[in-house]
Amino acid sequence: MLSNFLKVNSRTIGPIRTFATKNGEVKITFKKADSYLCDGPANTTTTNKEELMNYFTEMTRMRKLETVADGLYKKKLIRGFCHLYNGQEAVCAGLEYSVTKEDHIITAYRDHTYMLSRGATPEEIFAELLMKETGCSKGKGGSMHMFTRNFYGGNGIVGAQCPVGTGIAFAQKYNKTGNVCLTLYGDGAANQGQLFEAFNMAELWKLPVIFVCENNHYGMGTSQKRAAAGHDFYTRAHYIPGLKVDGMDIFAVREAGKYAADWARAGKGPMVLEMDTYRYVGHSMSDPGITYRTREEINSVRQNRDPIENLRNIILANKFATEDELTTIEDTVKQEMDVAADKAIAAPFPQAKELYTNVYIQEVPIRGVELSNSFKP
Amino acid sequence: MKRSFHSTSANLAGGPSAPINYPSLEIENGGEKQKMNLFQALNNAMDIALQKDPKAVIFGEDVGFGGVFRCTVGLREKYGANRVFNTPLCEQGIAGFGIGLAAQGATPIAEIQFADYIFPAFDQIVNEAAKYRYRSGGQFDCGSLTIRSPYGAVGHGGHYHSQSPESYFGQTPGLKVVIPSTPIEAKGLLLASIREKDPVIFFEPKLMYRSAVEEVPVGDYEIPLGKARIVKEGKDITLIGWGAQMRVLLQAANMAEEKLGISVELIDLRTIQPWDVETVINSVKKTGRVVISHEAPKTGGWAAEISATIQERCFLHLEAPIQRVCGYDTPFPLIFEKFYLPDHLKNFESIKKTIHY
Repeated sequence: MLSNFLKVNSRTIGPIRTFATKNGEVKITFKKADSYLCDGPANTTTTNKEELMNYFTEMTRMRKLETVADGLYKKKLIRGFCHLYNGQEAVCAGLEYSVTKEDHIITAYRDHTYMLSRGATPEEIFAELLMKETGCSKGKGGSMHMFTRNFYGGNGIVGAQCPVGTGIAFAQKYNKTGNVCLTLYGDGAANQGQLFEAFNMAELWKLPVIFVCENNHYGMGTSQKRAAAGHDFYTRAHYIPGLKVDGMDIFAVREAGKYAADWARAGKGPMVLEMDTYRYVGHSMSDPGITYRTREEINSVRQNRDPIENLRNIILANKFATEDELTTIEDTVKQEMDVAADKAIAAPFPQAKELYTNVYIQEVPIRGVELSNSFKP
Repeated sequence: MKRSFHSTSANLAGGPSAPINYPSLEIENGGEKQKMNLFQALNNAMDIALQKDPKAVIFGEDVGFGGVFRCTVGLREKYGANRVFNTPLCEQGIAGFGIGLAAQGATPIAEIQFADYIFPAFDQIVNEAAKYRYRSGGQFDCGSLTIRSPYGAVGHGGHYHSQSPESYFGQTPGLKVVIPSTPIEAKGLLLASIREKDPVIFFEPKLMYRSAVEEVPVGDYEIPLGKARIVKEGKDITLIGWGAQMRVLLQAANMAEEKLGISVELIDLRTIQPWDVETVINSVKKTGRVVISHEAPKTGGWAAEISATIQERCFLHLEAPIQRVCGYDTPFPLIFEKFYLPDHLKNFESIKKTIHY
């Protein structure tokens, strides 16, 4: 029965692998994760219309958020370093739907969509990108410095967030919260020494930390093949179980996330999830993204593995919505992002005094060009 | 003149700066000249180093295809992937690897992509590179190691792409710290650093990679380390800086000469450690007034070291308190960059105050 795949349209997004039951449940089959020191989750799950429409909407919001940010950067309204997430949405969304909002997330600098998934408004995100008073760090940080409830950034130094996430996980164990910390890093950061220090502590003390390697295959312009000895990031902490997951499929990500979260909540310790994903855009805004890989490679992923198109096909195949209805969602989301961007553009820049707030817990003398005109609380 | 802290907020808008004509250093026997910007001059220096020293190698994150600032562009094609190669993202590893390579007699030229990323390598640089000669009683050293890294403000870098960490390293005996201010200087100082027999941290002003252009001699020349340059002679006040701050100081000097009718002496320290005490002292003995300026926060910055030495060595020559015009003691803020930076107006105010003391 499960092999009863439906053919939808000429696009070749994955094997179409859904089967709707009478009560509206849809059975989904996805690529089985490669597993290390564990059995790994089954390669099937169920979903329904409500979930599918929600996932489609949220992932569309992520992509539109980045598209609008791209435009604002090109208009020179966003300054600074800016890294977009286009193509990787299934990882962010799948992880978010595998845990609760009481669980914790920390990531690197490709962080805008995690703000969105954690519940921040697009306006807050744009405001920080635009260096406005209404931004989460009042414009003092920008793109790489995003923070909201149970989301610890937004970290610009490659790999630095990994031990931090391990410490957050230790607090969960110590305080018996039952919560986990998703600690994300990229294939480039996978070669940083501090990640291995974090691995060791996490396993030694059986901490509820889920290390997620978002492997988009390029650390800036360097292919993982040229940077990492060994191809598998999910087996790299040789004493920690791992899964290699199709990071372009929200269901594969969600089920792997649930499996790892259950593992961690059961007190069995950390797990490493390698997400096989892809970024369509360059590393940052100054990287056109095509000098170290071919356009064909990018187009091939877009055509065959796009995480949003994948969902669209499942929705259409099950007749949960028409093409027009999905287009309406896209238009509504675009409008939401445009309105949010306009509001952020209209927001004021921070007052000068924000220069010296949050340096220490109390406002202390900040020495400036000369003592007489320094700030004194 | 007293100003409130907030009065400089007008600078947030960053008014147009007048174009300044920064005096080029004359190089003897440098051969014919070619127009180069700062990154091209550095590229030219590394080209010469690789060509003349078969043991010289370049490595770092993305240097193989030129690096993010294009400083190593074309060198892998010219000298091969055995001598110009990418490393993984691992700054501590890069520094340690360079030390080991240098200890075996090679000439490693390592790149740390941004000075803000040098901190994972801090242990290797401060505890291993700096002390190798001393703690082995002279049996081993990594003197041929040079670590290049872009530093300083770039207009929109925020916390992790803007910092000036020179004083952290300047306080470490065993290291030399060099910061060039023009393409001609960059080439000569980098060649001297590569050939220097002590480990050198070479910070490059990233703001000037493309914006600073000079007629650079194409031949092989060095500018000695530990020797400051008097960019402009004057008699009423001494301004001291390095790197990208030199242009700001020249602008302030021009403004002061025009508006205050004074004569300003401008010194480019070039080498932060060991710094050229004599040139500074001789200048201060002549002028009696000093302003020192850098982008790094004021407290514990290198200006503090220079100030202390000046008061030790020329206390009775001083006509006014030494002024430090620096970054504020805050993290480097994205939105407030123009406000934070010790720009020419802040320096001008400081000069005025010193003159009228």
